[in-house]
Amino acid sequence: MKLSRLLIVAALSASFSANAQDIAVRGGVIHTVSDGTIENGVVLIKNGKIDRVGPASRVRIPDGVETIDAAVVTPGLVDAHSVVGLAGYLNQAHDQDQLERSEAIQPELRAIDAYNPRETLIAWLRSHGVTTIHTGHAPGEIISGQTLIAKTAGDTVAEAVVDPAAMVAATLGEGAIVSSDGRKSPGNRSKAIAMLRSELIKARDYVAKIAAAEDDDDKEPPARDLRMETLAAVLDGEMPLLVTVNRHNDILTALRIADEFDIRLVLDGAAEAYLVADEIDAAGVSVIIHPLMARAARDRENMSFTTPAKLKEAGIPVAFQSGYESYVPKTRVVLFEAAIALKYGMAYDDVLHSVTLGAAEIIGVADAVGSIEKGKDGDLALFDGDPFEYTTLATGTIIDGKLVDTTAR
Amino acid sequence: MTAKTAGCASALLLFALSAFSNQANADTRAFTGATIMPVTGPVIDNGTLIIRDGKIDAVGDAEDVTVPRGAEVIDVSGKVIIPGLVDTHSHVGEVAGGDSSSPIQPETRVLDSINVRDSGFDRSRAGGVTTANLMPGSGHLISGQTLYVKLREGNTIESIAYRRADGRIDGGLKMANGTNSRRDPPFPGTRAKSASLVRAKYVAAQEYRDKIEAAGNDASKRPDRDLALEALVEVLDGTRVVHFHTHRHDDVMTVLRLKEEFGFDVVLHHVSEAKKVAAEIAAANVPVSAILVDAPGGKLEAVDLLSENAAALEQAGVLTALHTDDYITDARLFLRMAAMGVRAGMTEQGALEALTIAGAKMLRLDDRIGSLEPGKDADFVILSGHPFSVYTDVEETWVEGRKLFDLDDPDDRAVAEGGYGVLAPSHAAHTFHGYQEGH
Repeated sequence: MKLSRLLIVAALSASFSANAQDIAVRGGVIHTVSDGTIENGVVLIKNGKIDRVGPASRVRIPDGVETIDAAVVTPGLVDAHSVVGLAGYLNQAHDQDQLERSEAIQPELRAIDAYNPRETLIAWLRSHGVTTIHTGHAPGEIISGQTLIAKTAGDTVAEAVVDPAAMVAATLGEGAIVSSDGRKSPGNRSKAIAMLRSELIKARDYVAKIAAAEDDDDKEPPARDLRMETLAAVLDGEMPLLVTVNRHNDILTALRIADEFDIRLVLDGAAEAYLVADEIDAAGVSVIIHPLMARAARDRENMSFTTPAKLKEAGIPVAFQSGYESYVPKTRVVLFEAAIALKYGMAYDDVLHSVTLGAAEIIGVADAVGSIEKGKDGDLALFDGDPFEYTTLATGTIIDGKLVDTTAR
Repeated sequence: MTAKTAGCASALLLFALSAFSNQANADTRAFTGATIMPVTGPVIDNGTLIIRDGKIDAVGDAEDVTVPRGAEVIDVSGKVIIPGLVDTHSHVGEVAGGDSSSPIQPETRVLDSINVRDSGFDRSRAGGVTTANLMPGSGHLISGQTLYVKLREGNTIESIAYRRADGRIDGGLKMANGTNSRRDPPFPGTRAKSASLVRAKYVAAQEYRDKIEAAGNDASKRPDRDLALEALVEVLDGTRVVHFHTHRHDDVMTVLRLKEEFGFDVVLHHVSEAKKVAAEIAAANVPVSAILVDAPGGKLEAVDLLSENAAALEQAGVLTALHTDDYITDARLFLRMAAMGVRAGMTEQGALEALTIAGAKMLRLDDRIGSLEPGKDADFVILSGHPFSVYTDVEETWVEGRKLFDLDDPDDRAVAEGGYGVLAPSHAAHTFHGYQEGH
């Protein structure tokens, strides 16, 4: 299984670099995120990768290289959790592939098999400087399926996807409890956790049987089971478990499960994380905070605009997300969500970090994106002013050295 | 007392009042040093705002406005003062209108459903809102009577309701077309059926009105009271404004056609595709209360719900307001919506009007609210900076001369920011069916 995954990744990256280009950006202010801010600087992208960044006086733009000017340049924004591409903007049955309701636990559902890279909402995010998205199956079942990581450019899965199997998406709390669709379970929190633990234990046994068969030629390995294979990837740490959970007690339940099965946990939503920040910090877990402008309903009724600031203060890595919306607007935009975190007390540099490199670290792609430094992908967001000011326009988006959007929105 | 002496007494009383008004009293306050944006006049860089007895007494340049002796002087240097915001379309207060029994229920009144203790009122004030049009949902062709409220403190719905000149509680009528009101029978299945049901009901209202008029003083000839038709007669006679939820360009034209046929005053609400028919809306001289959200889509009617719409309307010369549609967008961030309108091409002045005087006109309350002018209600917001900046906080919201939101107050700050239990009981999210079924 691991080999097949590696082959897909290799094939994807090969096809992508073929499209890469050279481009230079002159910025009045360049936020590298990894190494401070440069005034009157230049970012030079060669073959789709960042080649040089520095003051204009020191970085010469080679003749003939396409050059763009922007007041402010940041790394391409990273949306740490979305459903766009599986969820379409029409919100009709035919473009809603983010949640399969037939069973409560279906980790075998791959995001790449439902991802539409030409979805309008992806272009929408791209026009606001978002270059990398972590997207996939939505919250709503105990385990709804897998997620993927993609660039917001590229017309096919092969062109767009960076990591075809990034995380396994789970939901705890009210969001996973079934009510009216004919199934009886999980009908409450205790049952949901019992179902999740049972499945993880089954996967543990599956892994043990494979290991036993490898050690002993007389033993037959178990028949391939796609569900068990995915959970095995969670158990061995290859794929983190992304748990959408909002209430304080449910957050602690997620920490308990992660501890019991020694799995890599990423908390998502986490509306009441401010109540259990010490516990989250002690567990060394990152938080992808719910969209701050999401409606304060159900499990999110106690959400606060100040949560990102508080979590950052507690030393917890935080990223922003466009999230899942069942109605209007069909997606949020991390540029706007980050601005709200800034408005409600998060330090400017922390906000900028969380919407770029910090998010890239949490979703595991920080070696390639998230900051403007030599060797990383040529992904930039251009603005005509302070990126977080309401009235500033996103004037251009560059992905792998290609200017992919100039909407000025 | 004879008529003559009564007249003298009144004259004396008037004299006493006017003499008194030259002096400050305990309720006179002077806000000095702020940048004042009166909306209906030019921005005043170093302005003074005088309020007295819940009304605006004077507003102008510090050099031109004399602070009355004895007035409480409040130094707001560096701050920005704007009129209290007018939210032309809100669902705070756990509002409900018609139920699922039929598509046309003008007899229902949101005032009979409102919980004045709903935290939505607190959130609205935290966003600078001082007047709101509380609306039932959009799942009906006619979902009920709306209510205009002043966001003063009140223990009863009557105590916060605006009143018409005749003392009656003030509000409009919520109507909708397009997809939200298309449902299983007895609701209509098509747009044509929707329009035909509405036309039939208004025709019935015309006949009901004519019968009442024909009966004159003869009670025996009057038709039986019909609460639904009574409300529609108010629409026909122009005393009740129709607030019409509509999105698609052709649905907008249907509204204009109904307006033409029945002669009612209407405000178009939401209007995702306003850009496509901005010229037609302008020609019909019909105002629009628009909503701007962070992405298009979510339903077929909203695929063109782009922030450019408000700018297009402004450019076409349409009277344009904005609304929160709270719970769709949070009233605490109402200023942000106008900023997003500017981002998409509105003028700053147009965006400011869209939050204040334009909405006041749509509710026919512009003689009382919507701008900072002498004689108007002392409803205003003190901001830490420019209204359309992300860095600006709503610091204080004043309603009729009383400070009802203060960011320095820990409880108020909690409302502004959110947190554990601070917005409870947040029933609105759970019980307001429009949230489920759409707007």
